Amino acid sequence: MKRILIPLLFWFCALPAVAALDPALIGQLAAEESDDKIAAIQQLGASADRDAVKVLKALANDELYVGGDRIFLMEDDKAVDAASGEAIEPAPESYESITINNRIRAELTNAIASLRLLNPDREVRLTAARELQTNAGMEMAPILAQALARETDPEIKKLLKLAHALANLGNAEADARLAAVEALADNATPNTRNLLLPLLDPKIEADERVRNAAKSSLRVIESRLAIGESIGQVFSGLSLGSILLLAALGLAITYGVMGVINMAHGELLMVGAYATYFMQGLFRTYLPGYLDWYVLAAIPAAFMAAALVGVVLERSVIRWLYGRPLETLLATWGLSLILIQAARVLFGAQNVEVANPAWMSGGVEPMAGLVLPWNRIVIIGFTLFVLGLVWVLMQKTRLGMFVRAVTQNRAMAGCVGVPTARIDTLAFGLGAGIAGLGGVALSQIANVGPDMGQGYIVDSFMVVVLGGVGQLAGAVWAALGLGVVTKFLEGWAGAVIAKIVVLVFIIVFIQKRPQGLFALKGRFVES
Amino acid sequence: MQRRNFIKVATLSVALAAAGLSSFSAFAADTIKVGILHSLSGTMAISETALKETALMTIADINAHGGVMGRKLEPVVVDPASNWPLFAEKARQLLAKDKVDVVFGCWTSVSRKSVLPVFKELNGLLFYPVQYEGEELEKNVFYTGAAPNQQAIPAVEYLMSKDGGSARRFVLLGTDYVYPRTTNKILRAFLHSKGVKDADIMEEYTPFGHSDYQTIIAKIKKFASEGKKTAVVSTINGDSNVPFYKELGNAGLKATDVPVVAFSVGEEELRGVDTKPLVGHLAAWNYFQSVKNPTNTAFIKMYKDWARKQKLPNADTVVTNDPMEATYIGIHMWKQAVEKARSTDVDKVIAAMAGQTFKAPSGFTIKMDEKNHHLHKPVLIGEVRADGQFNVVWKTKGPVRAQPWSPYIPGNDKKKNEPDSK
Repeated sequence: MKRILIPLLFWFCALPAVAALDPALIGQLAAEESDDKIAAIQQLGASADRDAVKVLKALANDELYVGGDRIFLMEDDKAVDAASGEAIEPAPESYESITINNRIRAELTNAIASLRLLNPDREVRLTAARELQTNAGMEMAPILAQALARETDPEIKKLLKLAHALANLGNAEADARLAAVEALADNATPNTRNLLLPLLDPKIEADERVRNAAKSSLRVIESRLAIGESIGQVFSGLSLGSILLLAALGLAITYGVMGVINMAHGELLMVGAYATYFMQGLFRTYLPGYLDWYVLAAIPAAFMAAALVGVVLERSVIRWLYGRPLETLLATWGLSLILIQAARVLFGAQNVEVANPAWMSGGVEPMAGLVLPWNRIVIIGFTLFVLGLVWVLMQKTRLGMFVRAVTQNRAMAGCVGVPTARIDTLAFGLGAGIAGLGGVALSQIANVGPDMGQGYIVDSFMVVVLGGVGQLAGAVWAALGLGVVTKFLEGWAGAVIAKIVVLVFIIVFIQKRPQGLFALKGRFVES
Repeated sequence: MQRRNFIKVATLSVALAAAGLSSFSAFAADTIKVGILHSLSGTMAISETALKETALMTIADINAHGGVMGRKLEPVVVDPASNWPLFAEKARQLLAKDKVDVVFGCWTSVSRKSVLPVFKELNGLLFYPVQYEGEELEKNVFYTGAAPNQQAIPAVEYLMSKDGGSARRFVLLGTDYVYPRTTNKILRAFLHSKGVKDADIMEEYTPFGHSDYQTIIAKIKKFASEGKKTAVVSTINGDSNVPFYKELGNAGLKATDVPVVAFSVGEEELRGVDTKPLVGHLAAWNYFQSVKNPTNTAFIKMYKDWARKQKLPNADTVVTNDPMEATYIGIHMWKQAVEKARSTDVDKVIAAMAGQTFKAPSGFTIKMDEKNHHLHKPVLIGEVRADGQFNVVWKTKGPVRAQPWSPYIPGNDKKKNEPDSK
């Protein structure tokens, strides 16, 4: 009786650090052969001993060390023996961490998760149950059954049932396999599909009932996966479209509305991206605690920086060239080279590192097998915000009204007292500033370097021309359309062919409909 | 009078200038000119800039230890800007105008192919420090990176082994140019020989500088759910790797499910990426910074000191990688060959290169093959750690001889294992 009670006490009281793991098993963790290591890990995982979690976690993080003949981990700069939990004094002088490979890592994840299933904290158990959804092996079936019997939370219970079914796929009993295959119909992940597919083969699965059950479960899973896949494709199209739109929106104002062929537009994107990089540096040095929020601070900074560069360009060069498109084209192309070179001198020719803040890393999984990355979701939201901003500016403010007036009839607007020259400068600055905002978004998904803008200039012109010059709404539809079409083509024919097909399509389209998707209706002085 | 004075002064100054020039060229004759041909801007700058720094560091180190045959090395650095035709122009400039005795450079195979005719025509000497697809053996080039049998083939064999996850289905993903296409041709033939069917191989290419990997990751996910353990072999080159690995991490594709083994990604390329979601993805090389031996410790220290002294950007986080080691080996072997030949003459140096050995940071004494212009190198396979370094999970017992003509490509068995002499 006593022999059972004492270990039980250890479990439920969770006494600090006084571990007593089998030293032979711990020693085996440092074995040369992966098979030996895995055997030890599986035994530790099945031991239901919570102290094993710490050791296994250390092993998973490359923090379990072997020095001399002892295996230990570091706690507060002190070496602690992995088996006994006692401090080692003095700490071994030379030691190495035990290396693991992917195969061992997968076993470790399972072992740690199965140990955590016994944790009193619901959240810990839930995470553990989620981790077991991918590759629970047969050896885990007993501990999963045990945890399932004890579990009361319905959500965890559901996950555990699936994990138990996964583990039972390798069961020698055909009935157990049958039950497992039927239960797995509820688990529509690519991984389950992967595990069930081989069961259709009579050479692998002898029992016909199991084969038929696998077939019907697969049918359910595949139809669900297909839905997820199409949602994913539409999402990536929207994401590409939103990026194209951000890149092109500034150009839609400078080229579309003002008629300036601005070849330096890509470089204004670059200015925005470098402003983001600069803000990141400032935050790293002065506000390291708020580093995750540098992107928010970068938004106004990038707008101001790009707008300032835009205003300087307009005042110094472009204003003298209004109405002379060829000269503008050459002059702005020269300006773009100057800006690229300036970035090289200031920041170096190499790409600079702009890190995603933690809240923009990773993704959300709305349904099994479909992961939507946060950075792309945030960018789609940001695009909507910028679009709203531009719409309000152009439609609801005095400046916007003046810009529209100057665009429609410069002479008449001048006659009624609109300061056309100043409006030109401000409008160009606005377009440039919006390009800067595009740069902030690009810095989160693409590389930031001096010539990053070159890759976007063609795409931006494509969007504006396709959408119809002089129309913001046209740019929106063109960008989203191009994004979705490109992504569908890419999925079907690959990135290189998709690019070619899109370009050919645009050439043909412009031949047939030179005014673009949406043409401005009305009377113009020029035309 | 005044006029005559002016003429006098003018003549004098011209004479002086000429004297100055001649004294300058006399000085130049005392040095040995060495060309460095790496992209310092554009899509490849992420990888190649570190090689330029390594070359400069090695040259400075050799000069500090007395130079080559008592003469100092004088580096001539040019920037071909990731622009392949510009590589040929710059190579011609180095050989014809600057009259360098040797060139260390190129990363992508397309740049090497672009400079080859120039080196053949002007009988120059190129040391190429990067792993590549093989299928080439030129008299004017020494290949200090790996041939396919020293990197690609062992890596795929590892993926098919039990420890590598017993992969039976492969995605061959690369940048669209000669190196990935040829490597994948070899790998496909190799996989066929191992009984892998065409239906279990997916080949995908993206342009240089591609930055949107959403579709490809989604495709990989789908391909990996069709009944067999899947692995990805990535020959993506240049800065596309940053968005690729970012997307991979964000999409939650874990190494334990679908491992990605890369042939052109090392410590340097991962510097700008958060590697925590990437733990366990693999790279195959002949050297990793994490290899522990005294030569490597000294090599890492030398480079860190150099970075600090030169005030390189992010000097406190610089890393060493395989092509940097290969550059270092190449320059030292060339020095040894020049000293053996007692001349910098290209043909004499080529003859003297055969059989040179060097104690490399990888921990092995590496030999230049007597015939085929390639090094005998050890093969290491590493898994990405959370700190951006690699844990070596598999390695060969010793250096492996290179097979530039892969036996998996039909017709190669008839090719000679040495360059045609002129």
